[in-house]
Amino acid sequence: MELSFQTVMSQVMLGLNNGVFYAILSLGLAVIFGLLNIVNFAHGALYMLGAYVALLGFTSLGPLIGMPDFHLNYWAALIVAPLVVGAVGIVIEKTMLSRLYKFDHLYGLLLTFGLALIIQGVFTNFFNVSGDPYEAKPEILNGAVNLGFMMFPKYRLWVICISLVVCFGTWFVIERTKLGSFLRAGTENPELVKAFGVNVPLMITLTYGYGVALAAFAGVLAAPIYSVSPVMGSEMIITVFAVVVIGGMGSIMGSIVTGLLLGMVEGFTKVVYAPASSTVIFLIMVVVLLVKPAGLFGRES
Amino acid sequence: MSKILWIALIALGLVAPFIVYPVFMMKLLCFALFASAFNLLLGYTGLLSFGHAAFFGGASYITGYLVKTSGLTPELGVLGGTLFAALLGYLVGSLAIRRQGIYFAMVTLALAQIVYFIALKAPFTGGEDGLQGIPRGNLFGIIDLGQTYSIGGNPVALNLYYFIFVLFCLGFWVIYRTINSPFGQVLKAIRENEPRAVSLGYKVERFKLMAFVISAALAGMAGSMKSLVFQLASLTDVSWHTSGEVVLMTLLGGVGTVLGPLVGAFTVVTLQSELSSVGSWITVIIGVTFVVCVLLFRRGFVGELGRLLKKSL
Repeated sequence: MELSFQTVMSQVMLGLNNGVFYAILSLGLAVIFGLLNIVNFAHGALYMLGAYVALLGFTSLGPLIGMPDFHLNYWAALIVAPLVVGAVGIVIEKTMLSRLYKFDHLYGLLLTFGLALIIQGVFTNFFNVSGDPYEAKPEILNGAVNLGFMMFPKYRLWVICISLVVCFGTWFVIERTKLGSFLRAGTENPELVKAFGVNVPLMITLTYGYGVALAAFAGVLAAPIYSVSPVMGSEMIITVFAVVVIGGMGSIMGSIVTGLLLGMVEGFTKVVYAPASSTVIFLIMVVVLLVKPAGLFGRES
Repeated sequence: MSKILWIALIALGLVAPFIVYPVFMMKLLCFALFASAFNLLLGYTGLLSFGHAAFFGGASYITGYLVKTSGLTPELGVLGGTLFAALLGYLVGSLAIRRQGIYFAMVTLALAQIVYFIALKAPFTGGEDGLQGIPRGNLFGIIDLGQTYSIGGNPVALNLYYFIFVLFCLGFWVIYRTINSPFGQVLKAIRENEPRAVSLGYKVERFKLMAFVISAALAGMAGSMKSLVFQLASLTDVSWHTSGEVVLMTLLGGVGTVLGPLVGAFTVVTLQSELSSVGSWITVIIGVTFVVCVLLFRRGFVGELGRLLKKSL
């Protein structure tokens, strides 16, 4: 196969498109891990939940509330789905996770694994595993734009741009604002922050809510590209775990950059040797473990 | 633990095929060994592997291939599967022990995913179908494992059952000996306080790796046994669902107890066969069990019982 500049670039751009999903999801995991010290196994399931909120809002919400003509449009879904899933997250944190902080952190992983099974299982029972199409993509995002070296679908370009805005916005808030400084201080030493009169439990709850809201946001963005299916999250989460191991969860910017880079590497692999594209991230993880066990952006402990 | 209990358990195992459905019993033995092997790592070394399906499923593919395509006898097939799992365990283990705690779980999960992809794509694994119709063959080339005897009017593969039972006892004995050896004491020390074990001069990495290899090998043996019992090696065996299931069995029965994994495996296998009519709701039920167990019941059945009796079971 000829490695023309164009084929490589188009696959790398499509890879970047996957990369922004890795970035948003691993960012959410990193934010949650920073303060709660748990790995949120339910992240993939909540990403899937976000996509379903968008899908069902468009197809079923109207008839359900007695207004058959009402459809939750795409733009509204981008706001509503994160809010709904964020609220679900807050409930999860308040009722379950908060009871586990005093025990081994592994219990948080196990609990969220159970939650992931429940959410995925419920949706598998009501929806088609092979997926349903989301047909509410706004008119304005149809078609393609000429990037000079290739024609790129407008929608995918939008996904890349808005995701970068959200990722770097989150980075800015955490690293550069007063609110973020509380958060970072809470990550370092929650007891001390409490002593300064900051409501740490509330901060933890909201952080978890925000982390999973990010996942839901990614879910809505993904809905028009991939079909919406109950297993979309579990396929994603394991790859994202590998991304997180490669980047290390200690750094916000690290998780964003790692996600983007690995997406592009995956796209590039598709051109060079397609069969390896589904495992390349895992193989990179192996290499990173051999060379720099703490992860690219991790701190040696 | 008291001798009487052990003798009673062995006697129960010997007469079981005459009382309960033998395939259920064999499935139980496979998963009980799998969970016990897993417990050696989580319960006695404090390492949570979320990729044990790679060893269980990987070995079941290898055994299936050796017996079906290469025409080896079943005991050699099981040996091959177990050795394969040990080797794989060495590779995965030496990578995974480079990280601790939560990262360890994620690394094992991700590495197991590579095995899953290989099982899906490799030319000899049968892709989505898996390896079907694996023959049970002749043990040592002499004893026909497929032969059935009529018990209460039902054909029962007694030879196979006793072969599986002997393998289970062997595997369980190895685990029991490991836990109660000086080596096992060091593992427990690592679980309780790793820095202290290091400061006492133990090469912690080496102990962890050793425990990982033993655990992987025995998980593999369980998988090999499973492929003979069901005559099938499938993608389910290597998937993360199976890794999750074995965590649940151990947690439910009691992490760090000798008998816990047996009780946990019994509970989960019973749940699965009793609730097979509810179809995919079983995933939800497994999930709910997980959540309830983590929130209310972290010691598991045997752990709670042990606390009541003030005894380590």
